Amino acid sequence: MSIGHALLGLLETGPRHGYDLKRVYDERFGQDRPLAYGQVYSTLSRLLRNGLVVESGIEAGGGPERKRYAITDAGVTDVGAWLVTPENPQIYLNSALYTKVVLALMSGRDAEVVLDTQRAAHLKAMRELTARKRDGDLADQLICDHALFHLEADLRWLELTAARLNELREQVAG
Amino acid sequence: MSEVLLSGTNLGKAFGSTPALDSADLSVRRGEIVAVMGPSGSGKSTLLHCLAGIVTPDTGVVLFEGRELSSMSDKARSALRRGEFGFVFQFGQLVPELSCVENVALPLRLGGAKRKAAEATAREWLARLQVEDIAAKRPSEVSGGQGQRVAVARALVTGPKVIFADEPTGALDSLSGEQVMRLLVGTAKETGAAVVLVTHEARVAAYSDREVVVRDGRTRHVELVP
Repeated sequence: MSIGHALLGLLETGPRHGYDLKRVYDERFGQDRPLAYGQVYSTLSRLLRNGLVVESGIEAGGGPERKRYAITDAGVTDVGAWLVTPENPQIYLNSALYTKVVLALMSGRDAEVVLDTQRAAHLKAMRELTARKRDGDLADQLICDHALFHLEADLRWLELTAARLNELREQVAG
Repeated sequence: MSEVLLSGTNLGKAFGSTPALDSADLSVRRGEIVAVMGPSGSGKSTLLHCLAGIVTPDTGVVLFEGRELSSMSDKARSALRRGEFGFVFQFGQLVPELSCVENVALPLRLGGAKRKAAEATAREWLARLQVEDIAAKRPSEVSGGQGQRVAVARALVTGPKVIFADEPTGALDSLSGEQVMRLLVGTAKETGAAVVLVTHEARVAAYSDREVVVRDGRTRHVELVP
């Protein structure tokens, strides 16, 4: 994901300083991957250089002085364009799972065991996400749902492959 | 690890010349939620029906609390299904002529409870399933998700030890299905009931404690190495 655009989007709701941006980002989008401070400040420098944000003052506090950043008109246009640009659908044409199944068949091993073990691992991950959803807020639920649907897609592939294992075995043998 | 409540061992079943189950095994501990997964026609519903005493297997043994189901009289088996088991299916389980509260009260009435007391208990269960506001409505007047919650209330109203749920969210959209699963699993855990959950949906199976896969009538059990 574009961190720069996410920070711009947050700045569109009002000027903030770097620490505040990191805090809000981590709360809303960080989940398991909070932003590093270095990344926040290097991103802000880049946005500043490109004219997408400006310094809008300095906050004096107990600690060091903190620069506040505000989005520019060019920044608003940029974030608007980003929001309506679709993300590239991720297509996994080189699947490790497919490779394992084929290698199991080529070496005369039980490919069903490969599929069953993978299914168990996927379901374990899905159980953990389901438990997290139960205890989480709406943001947690939506993010976990996204992961759950992706894992479910893998599982559907595993089932379909299990149903086609004899066919694949013949093809690999041929 | 708690004791085994229900077990099926070496179960085989054929319908005419079509085999449905072949040496299938499944055991369920008290309070455990077990998902039975597998593609359509794999035999998972037949396995559930054998475990619940709805269908008698051609081979193998089903034990509930140490008692063999096939050696019971039809009357004893019916009493077991009414008192110790609860059922949630995908479709057509609520009596259309009865209101939702009457549907939930029905298993209690069949067990000999007076109407007023049965309906009072049924209302409590409807409230637990967050559908008390539709108590007076008939099944045809409520949404699919509400209907399934009524079905879950009816399955739990007698305080069963096992709930058999066959594709309980199969006819629901994702959000309604999630609400039904949360309530089904949550109330089963609260009451200590075990659940045998037949589903082909991984997101539904993820509410279980463990899963068993049925393929071509055979069960496959996988234990992950920690």
